[in-house]
Amino acid sequence: MMELVCPAGTPAALRTAVKAGAHTIYCGFADETNARNFPGLNFSRKELGEAIIFAHGHGAKVLVAINTFPRAGGEEVWHRAIADAAALGADAVILADLGLLAYTAEHHPQLRRHLSVQAAAANPDAINFYAESFGVRRVVLPRVLTVAEIRAINAEIDVETEVFVFGGLCVMAEGRCSLSSYATGRSPNMNGVCSPASHVAYSQESGDLVARLGGFTIHRTAKDQSAPYPTLCKGCFTSRDQTGHVFEDPTSLDATRLIPELAKAGVTALKIEGRQRSRSYVEKVVRAFRAAVEAEAQGQPMPDGILATLSEGQAVTTGAYAKVWR
Amino acid sequence: MQRVYQWQQAELLTFVNHRGDLTVYSSTQSQRGDAMSDELPVIPKALQTAMRPLPLGPVSILLTRLARRVAVRHPDLFGRLGDYAGACFELDMMDQPFVLVLDLGNGAPTMRARRRNAIRGADATIRGPVAGFLGMMHGTWDGDALFFSRDLMVEGDTSAVLALRNAIDDAELDLVEELGLGETSRALVRRAFGVAERMTGLPLNRHQMTMDFYS
Amino acid sequence: MEQKMDLTVGANPFFWDLETTRGFYEKLAKAPVARVVIGELVCSKRLPFVANAFPEAVETMMAAGKDVALTTLALVTLKRERKQTADLFDAGVTVEINDLSALQHLPDGQGFWVGPLVNVYNEGTLRWLADKGAQRICLPPELPIDSVQRLAEVGRESGVAIEVWGHGRAPLAISARCYHARLHDRIKDNCQFVCGEDPDGRDVDTLDAQKFLVANGVQTLSHATMSMARQYDLLRDVGVSALRLSPQSRHFGEICEGYARVLDGREDKDAFAKALLALVPDGALADGFLTGECGADWSGAA
Repeated sequence: MMELVCPAGTPAALRTAVKAGAHTIYCGFADETNARNFPGLNFSRKELGEAIIFAHGHGAKVLVAINTFPRAGGEEVWHRAIADAAALGADAVILADLGLLAYTAEHHPQLRRHLSVQAAAANPDAINFYAESFGVRRVVLPRVLTVAEIRAINAEIDVETEVFVFGGLCVMAEGRCSLSSYATGRSPNMNGVCSPASHVAYSQESGDLVARLGGFTIHRTAKDQSAPYPTLCKGCFTSRDQTGHVFEDPTSLDATRLIPELAKAGVTALKIEGRQRSRSYVEKVVRAFRAAVEAEAQGQPMPDGILATLSEGQAVTTGAYAKVWR
Repeated sequence: MQRVYQWQQAELLTFVNHRGDLTVYSSTQSQRGDAMSDELPVIPKALQTAMRPLPLGPVSILLTRLARRVAVRHPDLFGRLGDYAGACFELDMMDQPFVLVLDLGNGAPTMRARRRNAIRGADATIRGPVAGFLGMMHGTWDGDALFFSRDLMVEGDTSAVLALRNAIDDAELDLVEELGLGETSRALVRRAFGVAERMTGLPLNRHQMTMDFYS
Repeated sequence: MEQKMDLTVGANPFFWDLETTRGFYEKLAKAPVARVVIGELVCSKRLPFVANAFPEAVETMMAAGKDVALTTLALVTLKRERKQTADLFDAGVTVEINDLSALQHLPDGQGFWVGPLVNVYNEGTLRWLADKGAQRICLPPELPIDSVQRLAEVGRESGVAIEVWGHGRAPLAISARCYHARLHDRIKDNCQFVCGEDPDGRDVDTLDAQKFLVANGVQTLSHATMSMARQYDLLRDVGVSALRLSPQSRHFGEICEGYARVLDGREDKDAFAKALLALVPDGALADGFLTGECGADWSGAA
């Protein structure tokens, strides 16, 4: 069966994910070392230790995302996160930074290393480079590839691949985007946040819900429209005489129906986005996808379309997996 | 789960846009593409009217007592709030005659009932039907999904709202448990809440996972 | 440690036709810049149209006494792109890496440059690249001054010259999707090279008509032109060895000369920054990544 890798932003969400059928849960410490550094989210050392014991007790694995790029002069914070994840019994760490990968390979060679999507390893050469240089065992593929490309990549590499099947969708190559820091000074790479809530201002203007990020208007939503996240790349903009979602519609990924193809393409693990979401989301999505991977393993057809209201814009896309997306 | 179940029953319309990669779902019951909001239960008008004359002072005392009990029973909640442990929220439950002002008070919270528009000065306002608040508190519904469907609105410090939402979600609160009743009355109230939940659709109990699917 | 800074011209991110590209490099030969990065950075589909200009440009620059490197693509995905990347290392010219996958093709012992699209945020990464043979590193534009200072120190210890994004619309994002094509209701495979219509990118404004971003094919740039003119003293003092100037379609020669005058102490940096307002698209400048609240901030008067 394909491995289902599920998000947990809190210990309660982690327990929920395990109970709902997650094979593996990924989470992060409550600081700038992970790419979902949001208020009220993530794990203390003590919480992670307890969470790992709980997960292992139920046969599930825990991966710790330490996937921001360490700050010059502050690398110690990231090094300590690696050491603590290892000491607490994490099954792997998810890393993006070259220097941190080198550090981990040297100082914690026994700790399994996964390459974060934030490293944007988008071709076999990049993956083989990380595998050969740092002993990376699994690569989370960036959301820029078609299924055919994923198949071709798997034919040329020896490490496992993990792909996103549900949730928020970066349009840009992850880990290589400074849009957020251009508008707010806070970036995914440095601070673990994108379009952070601290810089969002909502206002009601002539019946519209207006969202501004760092003073830049991201969208105006009429009363009867579904409200999107104020994420920069999914904003509504004007370019000459055209107004619309220049980069991406406010939508999120649902690749349920592609699961059989992804399995054939040699993908080891399916990943669900959403460490910032509630345990209610985690339960519904994990349960639906556990059923889907069970169905895939038995050659049954995929269930379809049951998760739309949980999706941003209440619309879903198969994203880059279909070539027309480009 | 009742609402989700109903929604799954609804016939889904699928629309594929011209680029062929985007699917927008909408139910036959809704023109708005958000099957949830039409069905989000509201407090019946009669009950809203009946609540109007409630004296705000005593109500506030009871609410603060409830908030304090939650703080004592869930000490981790305030750790999780971090920088926002002293934030103040206006909870504007639109199907209720008054708004609640929740001041987290760095571990010594107060919750007061106020007439609508009587106060200002909260760090953030969260606006939505009672069901939305109860559903988030009980882990029945997802806060982001309620936001997407416009059932829930946020004004002011969005970070504070996120911190609160995440901390509450982790605390796995249950209204009946938090009321601090004796064993007998707890059982009675839980049974009454169960009946009320089935009748109104309001999520009055902590959401129970229906099936444990250990990997 | 008064060390004199010099100027590097980065790879042109935009799609200009063959003649324009040729003309650009002919003029650049006379500009007071120490080195030039040449080649297609953003989209491999553009390459057939301009590829002929690049070997000529390399020769012209070398003849003019400038150091030269050939850039890799910023995002390598297709098979032919991987092959092009591997072939770059056989061209006998230094390679500037802008996608880490290029390191897999690096012949042992061959030195290289690292471009601004590679994530060099910390000492560990810098040292690892130095061990691998990096000679120069242009830091990502979003780095704040504290990071630049620390990395400049480590660069000195490791024998790596540290550059900072000095002028040009900041490269903020790269994608598999082509926004130019999307704006024309086309998909990338049928883009008809519409990005060529916008020699400095196509404006993307907010719904409140704020100038914000520009689309450049699969790349997204800042609308404001980043300029470190006003930050020159600061960067010199922390030991940055070069400013990188990114090509724009107009006034580029003047711009190079202006920065050279500032570096030589022949022109006041703030006066030059003021003059720059008339030389960049829409008169919009920014330098906020370094010392401001956000990247879009500008330390000078608008």
